[in-house]
Amino acid sequence: MVSAWDVLSTVPDPEIPVLSVVDLGIVRAVDESDDKRRVVVTLTPTYSGCPATEVIARDVRTALEASYDEVDVRTQLSPPWTTDWMSEAAKEKLHGFGIAPPAGRVTLPLLNTGAPAACPRCGSKSVEELAGFGSTPCKALWRCIECREPFDYFKRH
Amino acid sequence: MSNAPTMEEDIALGNIALDLLGQARGLLQRCAAEIGGDEDELAYFRDSEAFRNPLLCELPNGDFAYTMVRQLFADAWFAGVWAVLAADDTVDADVRGVAEKAIKENAYHWRHSSAWVVRLGDGTDESHRRTQEAVDALWPFRGEVASDEWYARIEPVLAEATLTTPGRDAWTQRGSADGWHTEHLGYLLAEMQSLARAHPGASW
Repeated sequence: MVSAWDVLSTVPDPEIPVLSVVDLGIVRAVDESDDKRRVVVTLTPTYSGCPATEVIARDVRTALEASYDEVDVRTQLSPPWTTDWMSEAAKEKLHGFGIAPPAGRVTLPLLNTGAPAACPRCGSKSVEELAGFGSTPCKALWRCIECREPFDYFKRH
Repeated sequence: MSNAPTMEEDIALGNIALDLLGQARGLLQRCAAEIGGDEDELAYFRDSEAFRNPLLCELPNGDFAYTMVRQLFADAWFAGVWAVLAADDTVDADVRGVAEKAIKENAYHWRHSSAWVVRLGDGTDESHRRTQEAVDALWPFRGEVASDEWYARIEPVLAEATLTTPGRDAWTQRGSADGWHTEHLGYLLAEMQSLARAHPGASW
């Protein structure tokens, strides 16, 4: 018998398919009924306007409906999601995918937004920011000064 | 998307807009749950008199310096609003949730707008001139967003940017608290609402 958590760990983030919704750290709670026919999943959105949020909720529902008669996907806003909830394994996956993972933990107020530890392509620590915003709400655009390749940085949030 | 000087900047403004839209949706959904209807009704089927946004936020895009100064003024206001809502235990839990999320998004917006205002103000003669013009044009619209806290946020940035203002006591426009807006809001709403009003309830 697969658990709901097993199913959730196969649901990818639509923008960063190398990460599952569990890797991302957005699954707050999973409640299965005693007869294992109903499940309630509580998700916390990553960013207020992230278009992936609704896609994720739909994908989670679809994946669970294969194993449960009744699936309820709920949203919990507080406490807000933070990159601190990503596992170390998830950060390694990001690095392998060519996205520099968030460096260090979040402290509020968010005055220090952090910098990638190294270029995900060549490993050089000599990197610079090109733009504070990138192709998705979670990313900034950086460049490696050694290998000259631009790369995405998953922002501390 | 936004007629910014570079593609990266277009993307930045698009990202900031997306965050603001998401925050607005969170608040509108909560309001709709309270008074009935849904977020779309509140966004698309109210007329300008029913909107309470600060006048500053409805002013049209212009010169890039103008857009950045307006963003700076708005970001400084949002910072105060979200901090108050997030810290108050008596505030509705969903609204507090939106605020807690928005605090971090706002930090990135502020980082962006304040960096640009300093770079432009303390840049070339031309960029300084245009950024000073933007401050002069926007200062009379600060009334609904300004507070001691707000001044304390923006004054050091303007000083670093070598920009001047007529000061805290200078005259300022007000009106949105009573539904009085600039002529610009009508055009904004017309563009935003026309599709939803032509095809009510449409989805895709």
